[in-house]
Amino acid sequence: MWFLTHVWIIPAVMALSFLLILFFGKHMPKKGAEIGIAAMGVVFILALITAGQWINHSNTEVHGAGEAAEVAALANVDPSCAPAVEHANETVGTELSSDEASSGGEHGQAVTTAGTGESATAATKSAEGGEEGGEEHHPTQPVVRCMTWFESTGSHITIGTLVDGQSVILLVIVAIISLLVHIFSTDYVHGDRRYTHYFAFLSLFTASMLFFVLSQSLIQMIMGWELVGVCSFVLIGHWWEERPNSDAAMKAFLTNRVGDVGLLIGVIILFFAAGSTFSILDVNILAAEGGISHGLLLLASCCLITAVMSKSGQFILHTWLPDAMAGPTPVSALIHAATMVVAGIYMVARLYPVFFEGLSIAGSSVNVLSVVGAVTALFGAMLAFVQKDIKKVLAYSTVSQLGFMVTALGVGAWTAALFHLFTHAFFKACLFLGAGSMSHACHHSFNMVDDYGGLRHKMPRTFWTFLIATLALSGIFPLSGFWSKDEILAGTGSFPGTSGANGTYHLMLIMLLLAAFCTAAYMIRTIWYSFYGEYRGHGVPHESGPRITVPLMILATLGAIAGLANLPAEFGSFGLRFEHFVEPVGLYFPELSHAEFNVGLAIVSLAVGIGGLAVGYLYYWKGAFKPLHGLAERNTLARTGKTILENKYYFDWLYTTVIVGFVKGPLARATNWFNQNILDGIVNGVGKGAVGTGNWVYDNIDQTVVDGAVNGVGFTASESGGVLRRLQTGRIQQYAALFFAAAAILAGIFVIVIG
Amino acid sequence: MLLNQFLLLAAALFCIGVYGVIVRKNGVLVLMSIELILNAVNINLVAFATMSGLGGQVFALFVIAVAAAEVGVGLAIVLLIYRNRRSIDIDELHELKG
Amino acid sequence: MLGAISAATTTFDVPANIAFGLLAAGMIFAAIRVVTTNNIVHAALWLVIVLGGVGMNYLLLQAEFVAMTQFLVYLGAIVVLFLFGIMLTRAPLGRSDDLNNNQRVIGGLVGLLLLGVIGYALIDTWGADKLTFSASEVAGGTSTQLLANSIFGDYLIPFEVVSVLLLAALIGAIVLARRD
Repeated sequence: MWFLTHVWIIPAVMALSFLLILFFGKHMPKKGAEIGIAAMGVVFILALITAGQWINHSNTEVHGAGEAAEVAALANVDPSCAPAVEHANETVGTELSSDEASSGGEHGQAVTTAGTGESATAATKSAEGGEEGGEEHHPTQPVVRCMTWFESTGSHITIGTLVDGQSVILLVIVAIISLLVHIFSTDYVHGDRRYTHYFAFLSLFTASMLFFVLSQSLIQMIMGWELVGVCSFVLIGHWWEERPNSDAAMKAFLTNRVGDVGLLIGVIILFFAAGSTFSILDVNILAAEGGISHGLLLLASCCLITAVMSKSGQFILHTWLPDAMAGPTPVSALIHAATMVVAGIYMVARLYPVFFEGLSIAGSSVNVLSVVGAVTALFGAMLAFVQKDIKKVLAYSTVSQLGFMVTALGVGAWTAALFHLFTHAFFKACLFLGAGSMSHACHHSFNMVDDYGGLRHKMPRTFWTFLIATLALSGIFPLSGFWSKDEILAGTGSFPGTSGANGTYHLMLIMLLLAAFCTAAYMIRTIWYSFYGEYRGHGVPHESGPRITVPLMILATLGAIAGLANLPAEFGSFGLRFEHFVEPVGLYFPELSHAEFNVGLAIVSLAVGIGGLAVGYLYYWKGAFKPLHGLAERNTLARTGKTILENKYYFDWLYTTVIVGFVKGPLARATNWFNQNILDGIVNGVGKGAVGTGNWVYDNIDQTVVDGAVNGVGFTASESGGVLRRLQTGRIQQYAALFFAAAAILAGIFVIVIG
Repeated sequence: MLLNQFLLLAAALFCIGVYGVIVRKNGVLVLMSIELILNAVNINLVAFATMSGLGGQVFALFVIAVAAAEVGVGLAIVLLIYRNRRSIDIDELHELKG
Repeated sequence: MLGAISAATTTFDVPANIAFGLLAAGMIFAAIRVVTTNNIVHAALWLVIVLGGVGMNYLLLQAEFVAMTQFLVYLGAIVVLFLFGIMLTRAPLGRSDDLNNNQRVIGGLVGLLLLGVIGYALIDTWGADKLTFSASEVAGGTSTQLLANSIFGDYLIPFEVVSVLLLAALIGAIVLARRD
């Protein structure tokens, strides 16, 4: 339990390693790599211990009926980390305490206490132990630790850790892959111009990914998301002196930025919808219990889906992933196959109630998430056929497999998605590292068509590990890919005879089967070009050293046996172990229906995989399908199709030339014209208007009216003086005349008017 | 006889006298016009005396006496003016001109 | 108006009215000639007629003493004084075009305005009141006796003051006209 509450140590160790390597790496004998590997080793052990503790913790059962148990499961959660928990405790507690008042005081005590930590679990343990023992799914008790980061207008922004099955499994994955990549890198980037810097950023990346995975609040999730994006940028552009590499890094970062806008908007919507709280647990509880309106959830889901599209390389924001292969191969293995790109998958899985309720996954046959995933799976797989670069083949394969995971989430097969993530990490990392091993031998070339060939005998270990990983990827029984892929296909609920799925997604099933076929086919193509035939490159290739081959073997082994983690329920208590420990059950997760294992579907998917391998084998080894050989040269339609695939469906052209070119060119010119003529015109016009008004006022009002009035007064005074002066003639007879006239008038007034 | 006929006669004489005061340039003629005015007033007084007691007649006598004195002094002034300016044109007496 | 006046008189009043009428006409004509003639000596002579007419009016009003005084003082002394003034100031004898200033229009207007106002006031107030000679009838005796009683009785002090005034005027005239 201690490790669960102190799990923040794990990212902290890697962050410390980053700082140490940055400051002291150059002076160390192994140039900082030893710090990285040591830290990684510590983290790996801690991750395994944490996983063990989590398994132990999940086995402590919480008893009670349905909702009461779920509420009690959250009793350990500090209310300041998730205010909705307290609210749930109150509402459910008051409902049930009246029903179960007769069941005994202890049960009531268990339900109504909140945030009292261990006493609640103790109380529930002692009460009615055997009554609900038959329940299969016990409520998950997440361990939440948080502290208030800062307060802002009444809402607390918290930072902390949320440990449940999902976080733990990702911890393990990241730790294993990162450790093996560290070891691989010591040989692969040996003698590199920026060796220390590379290891520093590997550590930073690992720290960021672990931080992201353990995040308790949405703010933290965004932080982790951005951090891994930055590390990806730095590591892709590791050899930035060559222009294509820095361009690729920029492309990766900027494309991810586009999706980040969606992430921000989605998080903001969820923040306000959940009552001004960033706590993930809160958002999930409110979404799952119906506390947020459907429209808001749908809107938030759509915004978050754009984030997934960019980070996890889904159509249409996938264009950065193949270009990201410009980075060193271990980086590609770690970041762009196993860990960073799955951040999007993890985010969807974390906030699953939002998606499940918002997209109405249950009971429907199509939704945005599943369509995006299925399209990605199929189209990405098709693109892998025309690549000459082995890393690009693997990159498109990653895109396609991520599409599988997203589709799984879209059809409600949550566990299948995470299980596929788990198995894919192993065999994809193995494939990438195998490609790295090959290029290490073939003078750093990745062009399998031109520079590889016949490496089977020269690099046996690479060959066998690569082959095992390929078979796992193609979904061949009993390797891991078979189990995880089959679970996804069952989850679509479309295959006749499957039961227990959340909906019926026919289109997805078809597309995924096609994609599986293509996967097997292009992988066999890769094997043909790389390991068979005559060696077409320069020099003499030889097998790589142990630091490269040992990780390959470990990964291939894991890729082979990982499927045992989630065997179907038919295997009794040994089955569905992964699901048991990873999939949450509780207030903060929707009630999912799990598709049952269908033998028919398993046979079909196996046949598809074998069929793909067979077709490829016949085409390349046996030269069969003669009319298809060289079809692109002869047939216009085929050539057009190939051109479209080679140009990656013209997405890059669309983004760079059309969209960016429009913004840089006509749009920029138009805004400049607007600014110069209209805005500046308005400002100048106002200025001129002011000057003109001032002049007019001066001329007309000041000079004419005001001065006129003043002058007029003076003029009147002098003129009237001039006029009145004439009265003073000094001639008494005139005075007499006036006098008599005035007297007469006055008399007239008195007599006639008044009298 | 009506009272009014005497009063109206007096009024007419008075107005003619006023006209003369305003119009005549020669000083002596102005004094003559003043005499007209005074006599008009006298007729008024005496007319009213028939009805309101002899006070009117007494007053008329006084007016006559005063008029005489006034003409005397007035002509003396006119003579002085004549001595100083060789002319008794009232229009030339505009020292008060502003 | 004249018709109204003549219709209201008694047979006893007819000669008085005729006399008054002739007298008034003459006086007004003479007064107009005083202020309009071009000959200064003729103006003085016309003034004589006016003053004489005034005296006659006094007689009509049964104020004999005032009439005699009028004749004596005005016609006897004041007119002579005027003639002396004309002579001593070397007034232009005979026709002279230089006796009126340029205010004739204003003067005429003022005069008419004044006449109008006074006339209106008089007619409005006294209308057709008749002369009653009531004062003399009450007291009895001739008007001269009554007048003497009045002057030396009620109005003694004004009488004395007037005499002082005459003295002052006399002395003043001498002082002013003295050659020095």
